Amino acid sequence: MSLFDPINGQRFFAPDLPGYDKLLGCVRCGRCLSVCPTYELTRIETFSPRGRLSLLRAVEDGRLELTRGVAEHLYHCLDCRSCDTVCPPGVGIGELIVRGRAAAEARHARPWWLRRLLDVFLASPARVETAAAPLRLLQALRLDRLVVLTLGGLPGIGATIRTLQAFAPRLSRPLRRELPRVVRASGEERHRVAFFLGCLMNVAMPDVSRATLHVLARAGCTVLIPREQACCGAPHDDQGQRATALRLARRNIALFESLPDGIEAIVTDCAGCGAALKEYALWLADDPEWASRARRFSARVRDVTEWLDAIWPEELKLDHEPRLAVYHDPCHLANIQGVRAAPRSLLARVSGLELRPLANGFPVECCGSAGIYNLTHTARSLALLERKMAAIEAAGAEMVVSANPGCLMQIAWGARRANRSLSLRHVVEILDASLPKTAGHDDDHVIGMSTKARKRGDSKNEF
Amino acid sequence: MNAAILSELRAAVQDDIRLSVAPEDLAAYAYDGTWAETAPAVVVHPDSSEQTAAVLRVAHARRIPVVPRGSGTGLAGGSLPVPGAICLNLARMNRIIEISRGDSLAIAQPGVVTQDLQQAVEKLGLFYPPDPASSYQCTLGGNVATNAGGPRCLKYGVTSDYVLGLTVCLPGGAIMRLGGRTIKNVTGYNLSQLIVGSEGTLGVVTEIVLRLIPRPDAERTALATFSRMADACAAVGAMLSAGIVPLLAELMDRATIRAVEEFRSFGLPTDVEALLLIAVDGDPALAQSAIDSAADILRGAGARDVRLSRSSEESDALGEARRSVSPAIARLAPHKLGEDVAVPRSRIPEMVARLQDIARENALDIVVYGHIGDGNLHPTLLCDRRDNAVMRRVERAAGQMLEAAVALGGTLSGEHGIGVFKRDYMRLACDSEALRRMAAVKRVFDPHGIMNPGKKLPEEIEKGAE
Ligand SMILES: C[C@@H](O)C(=O)O
Repeated sequence: MSLFDPINGQRFFAPDLPGYDKLLGCVRCGRCLSVCPTYELTRIETFSPRGRLSLLRAVEDGRLELTRGVAEHLYHCLDCRSCDTVCPPGVGIGELIVRGRAAAEARHARPWWLRRLLDVFLASPARVETAAAPLRLLQALRLDRLVVLTLGGLPGIGATIRTLQAFAPRLSRPLRRELPRVVRASGEERHRVAFFLGCLMNVAMPDVSRATLHVLARAGCTVLIPREQACCGAPHDDQGQRATALRLARRNIALFESLPDGIEAIVTDCAGCGAALKEYALWLADDPEWASRARRFSARVRDVTEWLDAIWPEELKLDHEPRLAVYHDPCHLANIQGVRAAPRSLLARVSGLELRPLANGFPVECCGSAGIYNLTHTARSLALLERKMAAIEAAGAEMVVSANPGCLMQIAWGARRANRSLSLRHVVEILDASLPKTAGHDDDHVIGMSTKARKRGDSKNEF
Repeated sequence: MNAAILSELRAAVQDDIRLSVAPEDLAAYAYDGTWAETAPAVVVHPDSSEQTAAVLRVAHARRIPVVPRGSGTGLAGGSLPVPGAICLNLARMNRIIEISRGDSLAIAQPGVVTQDLQQAVEKLGLFYPPDPASSYQCTLGGNVATNAGGPRCLKYGVTSDYVLGLTVCLPGGAIMRLGGRTIKNVTGYNLSQLIVGSEGTLGVVTEIVLRLIPRPDAERTALATFSRMADACAAVGAMLSAGIVPLLAELMDRATIRAVEEFRSFGLPTDVEALLLIAVDGDPALAQSAIDSAADILRGAGARDVRLSRSSEESDALGEARRSVSPAIARLAPHKLGEDVAVPRSRIPEMVARLQDIARENALDIVVYGHIGDGNLHPTLLCDRRDNAVMRRVERAAGQMLEAAVALGGTLSGEHGIGVFKRDYMRLACDSEALRRMAAVKRVFDPHGIMNPGKKLPEEIEKGAE
């Protein structure tokens, strides 16, 4: 056979497989190898972006079955998208791998407990809240450890339960139920935005979203909060549950379309949600009814740091207690959304905060959180976390500032494991704690939270 | 592969996880940086010279082909598996063993990524010049196997100019040490230099001693644009003849620029026929005056515009743009065939003109870029491998380009190697006496022909049928 003989093209077809022409776009230069965390750990091709695309290509060529092994290799990927930031042909590697997972689902479904969790619970915030309630009670009574003792030995799911207990944040009363439909700008209204509340923010980090709303208001934004919003769909997309992800995307698009005119942006403080919301356009690109609606929706999505940096009123000065901090780039913000400068430029406005560089350069070195990767691939996730903790240590930071709940929880876990005292803060919490006191009127009642509560406990990580 | 051999190989690498016959692994080790694909029979991941030698002992006794591989970024098919082969993944042997300031050298395993070595030595004020465009991902083992070059080789020479010593595992399982820590060394035949560029056909390099030089203090970069390709070629000639030895002199044509700018906006002008990226290095004052004279010469030779970069960040970005050229070209068509011809400096303008003619005669789109300062060009044919008629024309055009290079006193490959893609053209560029000696050398090292068969030498020479 000659090297110049024509190839057959695609021979194997199945729903959801990534487009063959897109796979051909990878010319196997290997540039992605140099930034892929799992390749760095293993130095084995199947753990690299190029390797994963080649498996999909071999499947579509008909040279390789869509085996369980192929599916497992696709799930070894953190979906950190570092590869996409350096890929000269611009293949869109991360998205193709996630599509491959969806295609594999029909033959090699995700574990039952995971599918149940994703379908039943995360699909509606009310369900998440209902599910979180007993867990909250267990945590409050400190019975979660008992659960681990009883269930931690179960085959299949025991190890996951143990990791979950070690990693999980303290759950709170859901924020959604206490939010008003509108938070008015304090002072003159300069902008009108809508807020997208992430599921994790809702039940695990409500203080972050309280801070977001407060800071937005102080920066002159009136914020509309549609309560019927659904999960963004990122966890479903990530875990091969494409139909559910698309259903959620359509629901959110329709909901935000129903808001009154004049909304300049859809703001979120969760980098994971933001990345998904911005990718709705891509998810629904082939859906004639929804493609253009999805494009319009995605075009309006802004990470809260991106939005605030663009509209920050010059006269609003920020002042914080002295702290040595590092900013950790969430992969889903820096790699997928390309937002790197905005959080830094906001933090640079804060006097008192000394921002040290973190040795992770660009593309970002993933902390290992990566959706639920720390539950599904705990050992590898911990190896990445340790690397991140070492970089934080080397920078001499007493505080880590970031912009994504997953990263904050993961790094807090790293600090607990190493018995280190490290404060973890979302960018908006820093801004909130640094705002000048308002003379005369206290706007905090709007979002049901006192300034005291917001500024509590700077010295320990409470996630 | 039969179970007995597999268990011998498993014993050689001492651990089950260092060997795989899973269909997924065989599919993911079936390729390199070319479009070709052949799955191996087994993939092994040795961690040491001893394990590598043990694999070669089994392979030699059992007559199984062995194909060594680093990052699989080669552009000639040199690390492409052959049917039934053991794919030897050396990427895991990626330790930098020593960097000696006193002796100005580094010792590294073959899986070390080129750029990782460069960064490590630069921290100590040292410099390892060879810089294949794939330096972020390619490995030193692959650089040695292909005698890799890169832009900076115009001034500083290629990989072989930096190899002081090697450890090589041979078919049969012997471990051979060559050369050492000295710059001068005439003790015996210079077998290190025979191994360099042998593309894994003689043995497997498992340790490399590399000469380092002091890191130059400063670098200055200029970007010159031209309305005519011929002017750009002539301008480089004028600059070199004036005695300026640039750190690099890189050519990009219009399509190249477009592809790179689509990848990332580096700020390259997209409305020009050709662009030269020139850099000089050395003492800051000297570098400045050299880049100023270079700019004058380029202007005098018809450059439309010459821009000096204002900061090292800007120079770095241009370097990054240049490194992305080859893969970024994939934006222009489903497939591409990148050649690597080299011609004597004085023949560059003719060669560039001939390349355009060949593309036109074969009704193919061509992209031309490369290390114009040393005559090493990468004409790249765009195609779709699903179209038989196009592929026949690509095959013919590729042959014509090689013929043209040789006719102008040049050669088939400057830095990528012969691999599988150019072995059938070896007779064009090597006389038959030389080929017979090469066949004899091959037999001395590898009597059973297990080392990377089907590469480098023409088939009948390799088989000894001559
Ligand atoms: C193709 C590779 O050698 C380059 O010079 O970009």
